[in-house]
Amino acid sequence: MQATHADATQKLVMMANQIGDYFAAYPHDAAVKQTRQHIEQFWAKPMRAAIIAHLAQGGKGLKPISIEAVKGLMG
Amino acid sequence: MNIMRPIDFGTKASPEKTLVRLEIDGVVIEVPQGTSVMHAAVTMGTKIPKLCATDSLDAFGSCRMCLVEIEGRRGTPASCTTPVEAGMKVRTNTPKLAELRRGVMELYISDHPLDCLTCAANGDCELQDMAGVVGLREVRYGYEGKNHFASVKDTSNPYFTFDPAKCIVCSRCVRACEEVQGTFALTIDGRGFASVVSPSQHESFLESECVSCGACVQACPTATLIEKSVIEMGQAEHKVKTTCAYCGVGCSFVAEMQGDRVVRMVPDKDGKANHGHSCVKGRFAWGYATHPDRITKPMIRAKITDPWREVSWEEALDYAASQLRGLQSKYGKDAIGGITSSRCTNEETWLVQKLIRAGFGNNNVDTCARVCHSPTGYGLKTTFGTSAGTQDFDSVEESDVIMVIGANPTDGHPVFASRMKKRLRQGAHLIVIDPRQIDLVDTPHIRADYHLPLKPGTNVAVINALAYTILEENLENARFIHERCDTGEFAIWREFILQPKNSPEKVSEISGVPAAHIRAAARLYATGGRGAIYYGLGVTEHSQGSTMVMGMANLTMLTGNIGARGRGLNPLRGQNNVQGSCDMGSFPHEFPGYRHVSDTTTRESFAHDWGVELSAEPGLRIPNMFDQALSGNFRGMYVQGEDIVQSDPNTSHVVAAMKSMECVVVQDIFLNETANYAHVFLPGASFLEKDGTFTNAERRINRVRRAMKPLAGYADWEVTQMLANKMGLAMNYTHPSQIMDEIARLTPSFKGVSYEKLDRDGSVQWPCNDAAPNGTPIMHVEKFVRGSGRFMLTDYVPTDERTSGKYPLLLTTGRILSQYNVGAQTRRTANVAWHDEDVLEIHPFDAEHRGINDGDYVAMESRVGTTSLRAVISERMQPGVVYTTFHFPETGANIVTTEYSDWATNCPEYKVTAVQVRPTNRRSDFQEDYAEHTAQARHILAAE
Repeated sequence: MQATHADATQKLVMMANQIGDYFAAYPHDAAVKQTRQHIEQFWAKPMRAAIIAHLAQGGKGLKPISIEAVKGLMG
Repeated sequence: MNIMRPIDFGTKASPEKTLVRLEIDGVVIEVPQGTSVMHAAVTMGTKIPKLCATDSLDAFGSCRMCLVEIEGRRGTPASCTTPVEAGMKVRTNTPKLAELRRGVMELYISDHPLDCLTCAANGDCELQDMAGVVGLREVRYGYEGKNHFASVKDTSNPYFTFDPAKCIVCSRCVRACEEVQGTFALTIDGRGFASVVSPSQHESFLESECVSCGACVQACPTATLIEKSVIEMGQAEHKVKTTCAYCGVGCSFVAEMQGDRVVRMVPDKDGKANHGHSCVKGRFAWGYATHPDRITKPMIRAKITDPWREVSWEEALDYAASQLRGLQSKYGKDAIGGITSSRCTNEETWLVQKLIRAGFGNNNVDTCARVCHSPTGYGLKTTFGTSAGTQDFDSVEESDVIMVIGANPTDGHPVFASRMKKRLRQGAHLIVIDPRQIDLVDTPHIRADYHLPLKPGTNVAVINALAYTILEENLENARFIHERCDTGEFAIWREFILQPKNSPEKVSEISGVPAAHIRAAARLYATGGRGAIYYGLGVTEHSQGSTMVMGMANLTMLTGNIGARGRGLNPLRGQNNVQGSCDMGSFPHEFPGYRHVSDTTTRESFAHDWGVELSAEPGLRIPNMFDQALSGNFRGMYVQGEDIVQSDPNTSHVVAAMKSMECVVVQDIFLNETANYAHVFLPGASFLEKDGTFTNAERRINRVRRAMKPLAGYADWEVTQMLANKMGLAMNYTHPSQIMDEIARLTPSFKGVSYEKLDRDGSVQWPCNDAAPNGTPIMHVEKFVRGSGRFMLTDYVPTDERTSGKYPLLLTTGRILSQYNVGAQTRRTANVAWHDEDVLEIHPFDAEHRGINDGDYVAMESRVGTTSLRAVISERMQPGVVYTTFHFPETGANIVTTEYSDWATNCPEYKVTAVQVRPTNRRSDFQEDYAEHTAQARHILAAE
């Protein structure tokens, strides 16, 4: 089960980065804000909790916009 | 006269507004200018005898039966080809006319078998009727002369026969094939007495170009072309109007019945989506509804390796409810969820999402639109304000430039494709953006002005390059942008688009499409008149699916091609009720009407009406459910009418997720692939067995009407209601109309919809409310739903799925005319005559390089799996790209597709999978294991 949990987390990292990649075309602050809002609006609570936990453990794989967006989720 | 047959005006209605007054048989009438004398006569109740005329076709004037006399004119003109004129005085029935008609009929009958009593068309034969009308009493020529009686009957088509001995060469079939269907498969071969109807070059119907749409059969006035079901059963005795359960065109049909048995399905000429046309699926492939594979008894089992045990409804529902509630008690209320069906009715979908939101207490509801048009939902809502096609189907007739992107309408949406082809034959221009050479690119009397055969995965780059060209060459509609759009967002977008990376020259390097072609297509779309875009899953099923939808929306706003007849942006929806299932709140983040679950006012309106507290948290989407299942957080689901094991990507991942769940409840008409991993099976009802509504791709809400009683005893909405009651959520509907009343009460865009209105008006397009009591054929006419149109940045981000030395080919997937979606319905019909297995289309260059011959068994391997299927050598694909369909579980295209998905919606990237293909002589290990489990999982112990 550990392996699948890690797989699921990696998938969330990829998804967060994809969102960030889309909004990266906008100015930085707007990109971070819209990435955070997108995750808030479309991700279920366990998914948000998992990506927050991943960032708390170092956030391996998360790109800069995604990191800032996930930090915003913590607030 | 057949009571099933609607009034036939003989010729089409005139669209003119100006009225013309004339006199027919002494009666003064007024009809629109351009009306034929024949049509005018029928309007006042006088049916002029006819054979070659029917109101679905242009007037032909060949049979010489509809002759009339007109005061002041010489001769006896044909009423079908004679337009009315002011002051005209017409006589339809005089001794002279009677004699002429009787003489013509005498000639027809001299070469027609006189087997009326045993003829399959007895009771539904216009020749028989007309012989009676003209009073034919003898044939002076006898029957011994030269005739066609010994002609050989063609029975090759699985659904209808062609008997040349009964043909009167009226050309109605040939004209229907040309004018209505647009296939041009039929012709009149030979001259004079030797004239015969010929499919293609004297081929059988099955071997010819015929697409079996049924238009010729419907047009035939005799038994020459007739349904095999009518030959077998005879004429129907009552009829029920309903809506087809296949694609998103939503054709209206008349189910002609004998008791509770369907004799045939005939397209309804009053149907506003199809205007009397049909395709091979809706017209003929309805036999699955009574197929022996139908499961009609509820079943349960503790483990998926156990045999099924048939039980009572009571026991099955008690078991399902207790298991699901038990999982919530053990793992928390969010540990379960459900999936609504785009094949079920709006009312049924509404009830499932209600059960999940109000009964399960979470928003873990999703629908199969997740894997097809969810990016449409995101993209159109973001740019325009709501998620739906903007035009009605009819307005394609007013388009000057038609752009088809990532869709194959002649296969996926054939009835609408016929309308589109008709407009193209009238001179509208066509741009096709697709990796494949779809039929529309080069088909009889149609040739695309531009086909941009882009490399899969580069849609966004190409749409940006089109926009770049329009801006760089100052072809934009500045007035529309200024008046209708957010100009601040436009300015940012303009600056973004004009970056050199979006130029056609740069994009050409990425997409493989010559820059000159991109520029030329952009110029045509921007300056060619009224432009309409139609798109399909070739747009949405990408990692940038939502970006591409927004890119197309940008293009429509840039050129002002939105919000008017002939102009718009239109998703061609795959399944019959994809639009409806989305409208009805099937997404985990939205209540019905596309309102976010966090919106307090909306949530409270539902909570108040339903009498429960509702969650403000978005729920899990289907792929998220799988991931959470594998993580141990999601333990059970209720799946109505959806086959996620066959239709979702990376089958081995899906199967692992399904196996990890403790209670899966499947409601379906067949033991589908998902049922192989289910613990409770609740038998479903086909569209013929229930009342409700479907909403098609043009937002048209059509009635579905019960034609036979449910084989398992209950309609699907009743089963959901029983399950809800077992789980403690009280539901007491006695008819789906009451559910629609609830929908209207809680969904602003449906406020004016009721069964009473639908039964009175036939159908209505949402929004239907106080502001638009008769519905809304065209959206965003004066302003966008969101106010100002919003240009969104659409930077091209290549997918992570890349070709490599090991996986050098790109696989893209699609569908074929004769099969539908996962094939559960069409595989159980005679449509397998055209397509009985999924095959891999591969370019000759790629095939030769691998030593693959046409028909060889090949293994296709991706990074996630391997499947084996037969290869077909085809130049429809460009080198480096292979293509297959996903209709058969035995081949399982999704064994190889990956979980890469759209950034905004998680819609899977079915259209881009890196693969390798090699010859093989065996099924893959996964296929072997899967087949073994399937055989075991479908074992049923009969009830004691």
